[in-house]
Amino acid sequence: MAFQGAFAIITAALISGAIVERMRFGAYLAFIVAWIVAVYAPVAHWVWGGGFLAGDGALDYAGGAVVHVNAASAALVAAIVVGPRKDYGRHAILPHNVPFTLLGAGLLWFGWFGFNAGSALGATPAAALAFVNTLLAPSAALAAWTLLDMARSGRVTAGGGATAIVVGLVAITPAAGYVGPGSALALGALGALPSYFALILRARTRLDDSLDVVAAHGVGGATGAILTDVFADAAWSGGPSGAIDGNPWQVAIQAYSLVVVLAYSGAATFVILKTIAIVLPLRNGRRLEGVGLDVAEHGEEAYTAGDGAILVQPHGAVLAAALDVVPVGEGGRP
Amino acid sequence: MRLIVAIIRPEQLSDVLEALFHAEVRGLTISRVLGHGGETEHVENYRGTTVKMALSEKVRLEIGVSNHFVQPTVDAIMAAARTGEQDQDAVTPVVGTRT
Repeated sequence: MAFQGAFAIITAALISGAIVERMRFGAYLAFIVAWIVAVYAPVAHWVWGGGFLAGDGALDYAGGAVVHVNAASAALVAAIVVGPRKDYGRHAILPHNVPFTLLGAGLLWFGWFGFNAGSALGATPAAALAFVNTLLAPSAALAAWTLLDMARSGRVTAGGGATAIVVGLVAITPAAGYVGPGSALALGALGALPSYFALILRARTRLDDSLDVVAAHGVGGATGAILTDVFADAAWSGGPSGAIDGNPWQVAIQAYSLVVVLAYSGAATFVILKTIAIVLPLRNGRRLEGVGLDVAEHGEEAYTAGDGAILVQPHGAVLAAALDVVPVGEGGRP
Repeated sequence: MRLIVAIIRPEQLSDVLEALFHAEVRGLTISRVLGHGGETEHVENYRGTTVKMALSEKVRLEIGVSNHFVQPTVDAIMAAARTGEQDQDAVTPVVGTRT
């Protein structure tokens, strides 16, 4: 229950990446509650709970379609419905802290061993296979991304490397316990390609997918899911066979399951957001957005020096009397 | 030659720079400062402590221009720095001094 709940809550984090710095907190909370119940739960049941996609033979070891493609489809629709940040496409909006990004990528990689190896639901050989694959695929994705960066611009960036790690993790997720380690390396490297170019393409559009959820999780998840059915190897997993292992039909089944998830998640997200928008505004005004939602909505700043902060005394002088506090006037005199 | 000093809200900086660029004003210096422009103070909370932020971040622009450029520069700043919300608009003084 707690393990499955972790899969559900990661989708909320993923979708938030497409609407950060603009969607109102209350509307986001309402959306995510409705979305988990109306979209995540049924999709998880279709693929993992013996629903119709499981019956058709769709393979998803640890959430390629259920978590990543599902959340990315919602993120795409949410980014369009909520609209871009006020300065998007007019002024450069730069990453806030590259060391934090790398720290986050490291934490994600570590946590992902739990997601993928844990999906074996036991300390089994399949868990060991998923664990090793979760190490190898992002490594290959990082290497491929680095080479692409070198070839395209001649420079390699740390922020790009963090994205590459996430793309590799997403790509191996549906395949973790189904493919051999050699295939995991190939899958990670191949999985990096579509996301790399999707990200460049996104930057040329008006789509303000702030943290590239669609490029990393949607494109990466779909590529990984298709490649799962190319590389799945019964000799390693004792389970299903993929195209290379003599079962080319499996790829078509997987493509069908991805289309179903994409379409349902996108359509349902649109309906949920439009319904919420009738009751709650999805955004603040331009000025509050410029000030920043930390101050405007949460009354808290991440990096305040405290200059000019006036202490507001709590109501009721009981505490002050008990502590014998003397009010201090100007110049420090009582 | 005149020195124009303007203190604006940081969230308007991009708009002001864009307006100055369109007004063909080249060469300026900005600094990040703290100030109070008579606006409503916002309230923040930190672990049970409630504070009112009397000073907020501002951006100070210093632009040296020739005399015939003073009016276009001031107009550009005034137009772009206005937020359109009355109470919040007090913070756009523009000063010209002879140098």
